[in-house]
Amino acid sequence: MIQVIYRQLASKIPYLGLVILLTFTTSLTAQEGDPAKGKTLYNTNCAACHQLDRKMTGPALRNVEARLAEEQGLDREWLNKWIRNSAGLIKSGDAYANQIYNEYNQVAMTAFPQLSDQDISDILAYTAEPKAEPAPTPGPDTGGTGGQVEGGISNKLILGALAILFALLAIALVLVRQTLNRFAEEKGVEIAAQDKGLPIWKAFVKNQFLVLVSVIFLMLASAYFVYGYLSQIGVDQGYEPVQPIHYSHRIHAGENGIDCKYCHSSARVSKHSGIPSLNICMNCHKSIYQVAEETQQMGIDEYGVDYNAEIQKLYKAVGWDEDEQQYTGETQPVKWVRIHNLPDFAYFNHSQHVSVAGVQCQTCHGPVEEMEVMYQHAPLTMGWCINCHRETNVKVEDNAYYTKIHEQLSKKYGVDKLTAAQMGGLECGKCHY
Amino acid sequence: MVFASVVSCQKNSRPNYQFMPNMYEPVSYEAYQESDAFPGGVEAQLPAEGSIPRGDHMPFEIENTNAGYELAKATLQSPLDSTQIDSPRGGQLYDIYCGICHGRNGKGQGTLVKREKILGVPSYDDAGRAITAGSIYHTIYYGKNAMGSYANQLNEEERWQVVDYVLKLKADLEK
Ligand code: HEC
Ligand code: HEC
Ligand code: HEC
Ligand code: HEC
Ligand code: HEC
Ligand code: HEC
Ligand code: HEC
Repeated sequence: MIQVIYRQLASKIPYLGLVILLTFTTSLTAQEGDPAKGKTLYNTNCAACHQLDRKMTGPALRNVEARLAEEQGLDREWLNKWIRNSAGLIKSGDAYANQIYNEYNQVAMTAFPQLSDQDISDILAYTAEPKAEPAPTPGPDTGGTGGQVEGGISNKLILGALAILFALLAIALVLVRQTLNRFAEEKGVEIAAQDKGLPIWKAFVKNQFLVLVSVIFLMLASAYFVYGYLSQIGVDQGYEPVQPIHYSHRIHAGENGIDCKYCHSSARVSKHSGIPSLNICMNCHKSIYQVAEETQQMGIDEYGVDYNAEIQKLYKAVGWDEDEQQYTGETQPVKWVRIHNLPDFAYFNHSQHVSVAGVQCQTCHGPVEEMEVMYQHAPLTMGWCINCHRETNVKVEDNAYYTKIHEQLSKKYGVDKLTAAQMGGLECGKCHY
Repeated sequence: MVFASVVSCQKNSRPNYQFMPNMYEPVSYEAYQESDAFPGGVEAQLPAEGSIPRGDHMPFEIENTNAGYELAKATLQSPLDSTQIDSPRGGQLYDIYCGICHGRNGKGQGTLVKREKILGVPSYDDAGRAITAGSIYHTIYYGKNAMGSYANQLNEEERWQVVDYVLKLKADLEK
């Protein structure tokens, strides 16, 4: 009997070893995910709803495996099931699955049946990485500002140098005169005493012609300035108000290449381009709750703006509670200051120019994608409108609406291409009603 | 000297003087004007509840819930027939409103994703999602999780043009 037992035991030892080995290896591979691969998988699959350190659509996932193991006693098995098919797990009546599902207002997490065990351990390895320390903020003398400061200094330097040069010249002249005088005195040369003739202004008054000319000149000059001043009344070229939220076209339309019409949607179809309502901002800013570090640093260095604080202003205005990831319902309108504004008696329509004529926004609004703060680029005077109507050809191709009138008018003017002016773009009633 | 003082008085953060402002300032309410006549003090107001934008045929009846999403996915079909589909226009609209995240080819690699500003944008041929015309329309109309709604930037007909274009991109990706 004893022998038998022993024999069986002996034969089982390798098995036992194998089992132990297996458990070890599995647990080893389980923990040994590749965080780099995990990051890519995480960014493509999970990042839409999860962030590592804050709540989004789903809970924060930093150290989720350890957290769930500690707090809920759930193991990798549960996680695999959850990630592959959370809905199934919820239906099966799993207590924690249902609890978290209800906690997140029954938002369904996408199922990922295609992820292998290895993929999931990669992802979890990535989530288990310690939080990256914020990079040490570089001192004020970083590249960008360095250049600017240098520019400022060099400008001042040049000016200073010039001033000193002039001063030296003046001194040199005085000195030369003095020495010359001294020479003259020594040699006994009598410097002819200036004959006390008429003072210069009296001579001037006596010369009637000169008086006339200068009066005319003065009047012309002042008329020129007065005219210049009067004609710029009501023209707001360069107007650049401070906006309630420091919103930068340079960052949005320039660096990130967002199309103008994404936000100024109604330019396609209506008179106004419109200022985007805040829900459009939230399409992106639900996810973008702070700007990248370089962006932030650049804002502080070059423009003196705390970009992250500006995004907080946006959240305040729409009533977005970041911690709860919910709208609070308490909103306050943002009072954007209107920049481009024609007087009431002039009519301008965006869709006519943008959709029909196919004019680029930048033709009229200038290099918007480089503007940190929006300003008025064009004078928006009548002459400006008219000039362009005289010079710009109407896009008649592929526009059935124009076929007939194009034929008639090109016969009338004997030209192939019609300008907006020839089509009636100079008629007062088109713009004034 | 006089010139210098005049120039230095000019400030770009304030509008210029106007001549005879009563011809410039409108009597009626102008777009974006502030006024006490409106709740909240702004001229821009939401349309009255239940109003239907011109050009849209019917209010969208399917709800913004998971069930509504599934219903749309299974049953909703495009009202446009093949003659009404205008791919170049759908493509233009797509590039304006969707390409920035989803990429011009629909692979989920738009500019914002490449710059790591927005993450987790799926490719249209993602098998786990298996999108259909109905689910795309539902997504554009209400948004889905991290994606917002585009109902106020696109009207009904334009939304369907975009849906069709997305399906085309999906078919191209699956090739
Ligand atoms: C469509 C959005 C969405 C995507 C994509 C998503 N999740 Fe989730 N996830 C959720 C939501 C929402 C919850 C909360 C439970 C619920 O409502 O279903 C959740 C819960 C979880 C939990 C449980 C966390 C806890 O604290 O209990 C884990 C783990 C998890 N997700 C992992 C993942 C992983 C890994 C991926 C990527 C492969 C992923 N999720 C992709 C939405 C998502
Ligand atoms: C992400 C959204 C967004 C994008 C993209 C965008 N804008 Fe704007 N735009 C705004 C906001 C918000 C304002 C109001 C604040 C301001 O004036 O700075 C504005 C203001 C303007 C104004 C001044 C309006 C006034 O008050 O007269 C012009 C002109 C303008 N944008 C043109 C453009 C052009 C051209 C482009 C494309 C190169 C563009 N915008 C892209 C959001 C956007
Ligand atoms: C299509 C996506 C998108 C939309 C729509 C959008 N933003 Fe942004 N926003 C961004 C990106 C990308 C950044 C830069 C993030 C970075 O550099 O890390 C940014 C940065 C900002 C910043 C900080 C920098 C700055 O410009 O001062 C503010 C404030 C901001 N956005 C406000 C707004 C407002 C207000 C709107 C709505 C009119 C809006 N955003 C709409 C994508 C968007
Ligand atoms: C032909 C010149 C021209 C073109 C092209 C043009 N704009 Fe304008 N824009 C104007 C004028 C003029 C105004 C002032 C309109 C008024 O006060 O009624 C204006 C006003 C605006 C405003 C202020 C609010 C409003 O709607 O009145 C915004 C925003 C704007 N433009 C954005 C754009 C965008 C975006 C584009 C390109 C899609 C564009 N514009 C193309 C001339 C132009
Ligand atoms: C960049 C050039 C450009 C500028 C600047 C411009 N326009 Fe135009 N405009 C056009 C073109 C091109 C057309 C012809 C569009 C078409 O119908 O195909 C046009 C057409 C029009 C029409 C319709 C004319 C018709 O025959 O029906 C009106 C009205 C108009 N513009 C008003 C204005 C006003 C007001 C301004 C100044 C605030 C202005 N435009 C500035 C290029 C311009
Ligand atoms: C292309 C559009 C356009 C056409 C055509 C046009 N105007 Fe104008 N006009 C304007 C705009 C825009 C202004 C506003 C300029 C400003 O604010 O400085 C204006 C201003 C004026 C003013 C000056 C008002 C003031 O207080 O400064 C007079 C007068 C005027 N127009 C008369 C005419 C007459 C007469 C015609 C026909 C021969 C005509 N306009 C045709 C666009 C047009
Ligand atoms: C600001 C970035 C952004 C823009 C712009 C955007 N999307 Fe999305 N989209 C997303 C994200 C993020 C998801 C993943 C949502 C989720 O977690 O399910 C998504 C998911 C989708 C899906 C799949 C939804 C499903 O059924 O699973 C479709 C279809 C889609 N988008 C279509 C569009 C269309 C059409 C447009 C243009 C009108 C658009 N998107 C514009 C970010 C964006």
